[in-house]
Amino acid sequence: MSLAALTVCDAGEKLRAGEISSVEITEAVFERIAATDERINSYLTLDREAALDQAHRADAQLRRKDGKSALLGIPIALKDNFLTRGLRTTCASKILGEFVPPYDATTVRKLRAAGAVIIGKTNLDEFAMGSSVENAAFFPTHNPWNLERIPGGSSGGSAAAVAADQCTAALGTDTGGSIRQPAACCGVVGLKPTYGRVSRYGIIAFASSMDQVGPLTKNVRDSALLLEAIAGHDPADSTSANCAVPRYGTVLTGDIKGLRVGIPKEYFITGMQPDVERAVRLAIDQLQKHGTVIEEISLPHTEYAVAVYYIVATAEASSNLARYDGMRYGDRADAKDLTETYMITRDEGFGAEVKRRIMLGTYALSAGYYDAYYLKAQRVRTLIKRDFDRAFERCDVIVTPTAPTTAFKLGEKTQDPLQMYLSDIYTISINLAGLPALSLPCGFDHDGMPIGMQIIGKHFDEPLMLRLAHHYEQATEWHKKKPRIEVR
Amino acid sequence: MKISAEEVERVAVLARLRLTEAEKLQLTRQLDNILEYMEKLNQLDTTGVEPFTHPFATVNAFREDAVTNQSNPEALLANAPDRDGNFFKVPKIIE
Repeated sequence: MSLAALTVCDAGEKLRAGEISSVEITEAVFERIAATDERINSYLTLDREAALDQAHRADAQLRRKDGKSALLGIPIALKDNFLTRGLRTTCASKILGEFVPPYDATTVRKLRAAGAVIIGKTNLDEFAMGSSVENAAFFPTHNPWNLERIPGGSSGGSAAAVAADQCTAALGTDTGGSIRQPAACCGVVGLKPTYGRVSRYGIIAFASSMDQVGPLTKNVRDSALLLEAIAGHDPADSTSANCAVPRYGTVLTGDIKGLRVGIPKEYFITGMQPDVERAVRLAIDQLQKHGTVIEEISLPHTEYAVAVYYIVATAEASSNLARYDGMRYGDRADAKDLTETYMITRDEGFGAEVKRRIMLGTYALSAGYYDAYYLKAQRVRTLIKRDFDRAFERCDVIVTPTAPTTAFKLGEKTQDPLQMYLSDIYTISINLAGLPALSLPCGFDHDGMPIGMQIIGKHFDEPLMLRLAHHYEQATEWHKKKPRIEVR
Repeated sequence: MKISAEEVERVAVLARLRLTEAEKLQLTRQLDNILEYMEKLNQLDTTGVEPFTHPFATVNAFREDAVTNQSNPEALLANAPDRDGNFFKVPKIIE
């Protein structure tokens, strides 16, 4: 097995035992990228020189035995909406030009402090707006399991890189499912923490009331290790939660007997792919065999979530993206006056989906429509959150499919934005309510594409969610399956 | 029709987006389709329901208003499309 295929946990053990070096594993990752990324296109920017420098430093630290961090010397990829000091950050948009951030996101700073090796920046839908990476300004990313399929989005580059062993683990962001849906599409684990669990400082903002950073990994334990490294209060993000960070790596084992697992009836609807329903139902049966108590629950406002989300998220986006005016960074168009400079700069810099969302959000916030759309949506959002409050009186975690279908074909949904929005129906309510959730592999469809199961926890109850996920994973073989990629 | 071509034009100005005629036509159709879907929300009576503000009870995050970052104008101005010394140079705002 190539060193690039190791998990964070296994690689860490071998590094600390002196069996392998960080330089070896980093070289193996770059070899893998060279052999496969021409077809998959996970990466927008690679940082080989800095990565190898850090790998050498990590090896020196390991030799001195002064490294206790689980991430010391581990190659990690970052979605290209994380600010990385001195390393080009594009957000897969033309409007940022050749933007080089003057500072690191808090999560990036924490990874560096833990001794992680940052490999490069992965592809995404422009400004994280999309479910397929087809909205990327430069090129789409392909699913390692089938190159004609989308990798999911918007963290599709990170998910594909993890699935294809082009990194040991990756970070992404999730505003409406952007970590979990690509994780499901690519057969990896993806975790969206509770809103506020992880700092958003230095993440290029999309919808600030829902954006959250989280890991994409080869197994559940790795997600726990990464979450432990990046979670915590940050004075630079006033919405980051000021409460202690559990040792997520140590909460995985333990009994799940008697754990109450809620199954929302509204999540098993007509229109979902039969293979997805079959796989998730089988997984639920298996959880029951392992001693959990299955409870049918109801989340009655589920059908309104997509409408609420696409009002709230676009309203916030229209405000957040007002800063791209061509004055302080990015390219600036030549025009006769200031207003026209703004208008042409933004016309040339933003792609079609970003413009569509800015338009929708501006409309929803504009005079005469604010009450009918934005305020109405925020009221229904309260009802959606109350659904979860009530459900969690009867259960400890909720289990659902992550997405209604497996990865679809490139081009299949690009003509109909609304159809694309509906691929998020199982993930967006969780962001609206600020809850933590993860997706993990639970089977394959008849075309051999991975299927994801979503586990949703109470606010800040990542430990229980991780424990159930780990238990299921250890009882199954899905996470050990790898895509066969023809190597150049 | 939920939205007209004239409204799309007005919103585009608010959003500082120049749109071509073709984009205007396409956006009118697409936004109309999306807004039609949003109509769903009017099936719900939300009288007396508070608009959402935060997922859980929280308190305001106060901190000292202190300078914590180091001054590094060169790094900040390195991305500027136009500059004059340590200033961002922008188009004339007042005629």
